[in-house]
Amino acid sequence: MTEPLGTLAELRRALDAGAVSSAELVDRSLARAEAVEPRLHALLATREERARAEAAEADERRARGGVRSPLDGIPIALKDNLAQAGEKVGCASKILQGYESPFDATAVARLREAGAVVVARTNMDEFAMGSSTENSAYGTSRNPWNPERSPGGSSGGSAVAVAAGIVPVALGSDTGGSIRQPAAFTGVVGMKPTYGRVSRFGLVAFASSLDQIGPFAHTAADCASVLDVISGHDPRDSTSLPEPATRCLAALSGDLSGLVIGLPSEYYASEGVDPEVLARVSEAVAELEAGGARTREVSLPHTQFAVATYYLIATAEASSNLARFDGVRYGRRAAGVRGLTEMYERSRSEGFGAEVKRRILLGTFVLSAGYYDAYYRKAQQVRTLLRRDFDEALSGCDVLITPTTPETAFRIGEKASDPLTMYLSDIFTVSANLAGLPGLSIPCGFANQMPVGLQVLGRPLEDATPLRVADAFQRRTDFHLQRPPDPR
Amino acid sequence: MTREEVERVAHLARLRLSQEEAAAMASQLESILGYVELLDTLDTSQVEPTSHVIPLATPMREDRPEASYPPETAVANAPARDGSAFAVPKVLEGEDEG
Repeated sequence: MTEPLGTLAELRRALDAGAVSSAELVDRSLARAEAVEPRLHALLATREERARAEAAEADERRARGGVRSPLDGIPIALKDNLAQAGEKVGCASKILQGYESPFDATAVARLREAGAVVVARTNMDEFAMGSSTENSAYGTSRNPWNPERSPGGSSGGSAVAVAAGIVPVALGSDTGGSIRQPAAFTGVVGMKPTYGRVSRFGLVAFASSLDQIGPFAHTAADCASVLDVISGHDPRDSTSLPEPATRCLAALSGDLSGLVIGLPSEYYASEGVDPEVLARVSEAVAELEAGGARTREVSLPHTQFAVATYYLIATAEASSNLARFDGVRYGRRAAGVRGLTEMYERSRSEGFGAEVKRRILLGTFVLSAGYYDAYYRKAQQVRTLLRRDFDEALSGCDVLITPTTPETAFRIGEKASDPLTMYLSDIFTVSANLAGLPGLSIPCGFANQMPVGLQVLGRPLEDATPLRVADAFQRRTDFHLQRPPDPR
Repeated sequence: MTREEVERVAHLARLRLSQEEAAAMASQLESILGYVELLDTLDTSQVEPTSHVIPLATPMREDRPEASYPPETAVANAPARDGSAFAVPKVLEGEDEG
């Protein structure tokens, strides 16, 4: 079987040493994809000819001494909700079948300017609505550690593309955990930056007050390299923070002395958390203490309300955002329609899958006359309480550490028949989106032969701090070096 | 939530559901709405709502024309077009649906 690619830092060193060319890396990436795809289905499409041409350009730049960034000449993959000029973008939905974007998302444009070579679009839950990739219109992705198990979602394809060694880094989007949960399930690092850090221009909107683009990689340092490229103010996104690009890579000192870690008691006492997951998290915290960090117990008293709050706000925003898919300007239009209303209704009903319809219905209902105050406004008020919880907790510590998920990767099909059970699996990740905090998941060991994710949350705008903690942990441990077996 | 209520909301959202779909959605939405009633145990009468975590001011820029897509690019993804316009079925439905 074709070998998996290494980390971004390893490939960068090999390129700079002249041990490998970008053209070879792209070939290896495509060969690796071909080898593992029949079993894992991480990708929706590869981009071969253009990727090879761009790799050749990167090789020329390097030969001239004109390397643009640590990502120059590196093959990467993008979630299928990120626009690339002249390429298809479909959100793994039939309603966008055939759609080609006329523009690049800002994050994508910045990666391309940095010299990164996009080799593939990755699978996802349709419109990022789901926690397993089972809601993709094009079939589920599989977990490389055990193909009977889910890789998580919604950015499951990007997580698998990194975990299985197709690419060293990939982009995903995180609305309620859609980067951190699949990172946890597949044993890679996944980061959701502070809300507004990365422009959402060109990210197909799901829930605009919660969505954020972020990286997957094997190491915290590689995630920092990517974030430093894609972050920074963008006038085309009015919610983009008026801040320059981050300089997180330079902040990775390996030093934990003086760091205060908060352990939210509600997350550890929560029902339904696998004791083996808790054991790995406690061991990881002990490792960080051995490295010089101190811990203290903190309280986030409204944690039990987070999932309900999240699903009301996210679906309300989604119902509004997805109104644009009307069969007029782009996307699928039902055949043989008479009249405009029939065109809207049939195009949308034929184009959207069941979970997307369910969320549009819930969101439309909670915004409708007579229910707005009881559901939507109520959820926005509880969102305020959740934010206050984090403000209070983070006033006395630098980061919060929790399990990323209550359990390791569930079996494919296990939660598919009951939407509410699937929603509840997001219990530890949704709050960071509601509060706008930066957060990441790193591998911290195994339970039931599956990877366990450690979640590190920081204060808004302090994206470098969780990355510094994660990097220090990875300098002391080797969980991030473990790779899944080649799929059979 | 009854099937009739689901159908009313579906119409608001411009979705058309089969009877079986509507019945399944009714029971699933009922269960989700039952769960979110948890929020009613909190007194939020004195709490301001959060719609966005960052203060949002409408950004202003100078009123200067910028380049935009040529019409052929703008309509390139249209399911139906008429020259550089989007073609749609007749809007006044009463007349052709009678």
